[in-house]
Amino acid sequence: MHSLWGQKQMNRSTRPLSPHLQVYRLQLTSGLSVLHRGTGILLTIGTLLLVCWLAALAAGPEAYAATQAWFGTWYMKVLLFGWSAALFYHLCNGIRHLFWDAGMGYELKHAYASGYAVLIATAVLTLATWIAA
Amino acid sequence: MNLRSSLGIVRGLGSAKNGTHHWWLQRLTAVALVPLSIWLVAAIVCLSGADYATAVQWFKSPINAALMVAALFAIFYHAQLGVQVVFEDYIHTGWVKMTAQIALKFACILLGLLAAIAVLKVTFGA
Ligand code: HEM
Repeated sequence: MHSLWGQKQMNRSTRPLSPHLQVYRLQLTSGLSVLHRGTGILLTIGTLLLVCWLAALAAGPEAYAATQAWFGTWYMKVLLFGWSAALFYHLCNGIRHLFWDAGMGYELKHAYASGYAVLIATAVLTLATWIAA
Repeated sequence: MNLRSSLGIVRGLGSAKNGTHHWWLQRLTAVALVPLSIWLVAAIVCLSGADYATAVQWFKSPINAALMVAALFAIFYHAQLGVQVVFEDYIHTGWVKMTAQIALKFACILLGLLAAIAVLKVTFGA
């Protein structure tokens, strides 16, 4: 190995270390961060359902009726509920990210306040959606 | 003795590629998705119990069709950029990473096209 970074051994003790999962106490801030990634992946998979629905509509009345019936089953309703909650969480926390990108909200107490706000907004928006649906 | 130049070795260590561009597009698509995803949820709620004729009629509106295609574009673009980062973080075998990234790009493009063409077929169909 051509160790251009041969000096790194010297710095080992002073470098900040990334959290070691087995000894790391989960905090609100890191938990929400993990959740942003988790919901991002779930939403990507969930988008397949939207594609299915649109393809069925384009395919004609029978395919559409079958898909609508499928979405009406209890387990699909549970999945859709999960999808909506994931979307609202990712949306609210995404806005939180955009504020950080603009250089705002880095104060520790603000990071916690916006974190709680995201959780409350997610719950409110998800419930409001299902009351309306 | 190695035939690679010092510069080549440094470059081999990675990056200084398109990081800023990727980051910016992730943000741009995120900003677009703030209104579009809210609109999408509202649209799904409106159409949740709709019969075939109602749903088809709904997509005849140019506004609805345009917003749906825009939402699909933003979602698939954003999802591709996002999952790319997840792959970069967790896949450490060069060829597996490369294959996964290519498959991800192709899948996002194909599914996005499929969904958008489905919308347009309903919009322009008889
Ligand atoms: C169905 C829609 C969406 C899908 C499929 C999706 C998917 C993803 C994925 C897979 C990631 C990567 C996660 C990671 O690297 O940890 C991501 C990141 C991100 N998403 Fe979304 N997303 C969607 C909607 C939104 C919306 C509405 C916003 C609104 C602001 C948003 C904002 C962001 C931001 C800012 C990031 C970057 C986070 C970071 O740098 O760690 N996303 N998204």
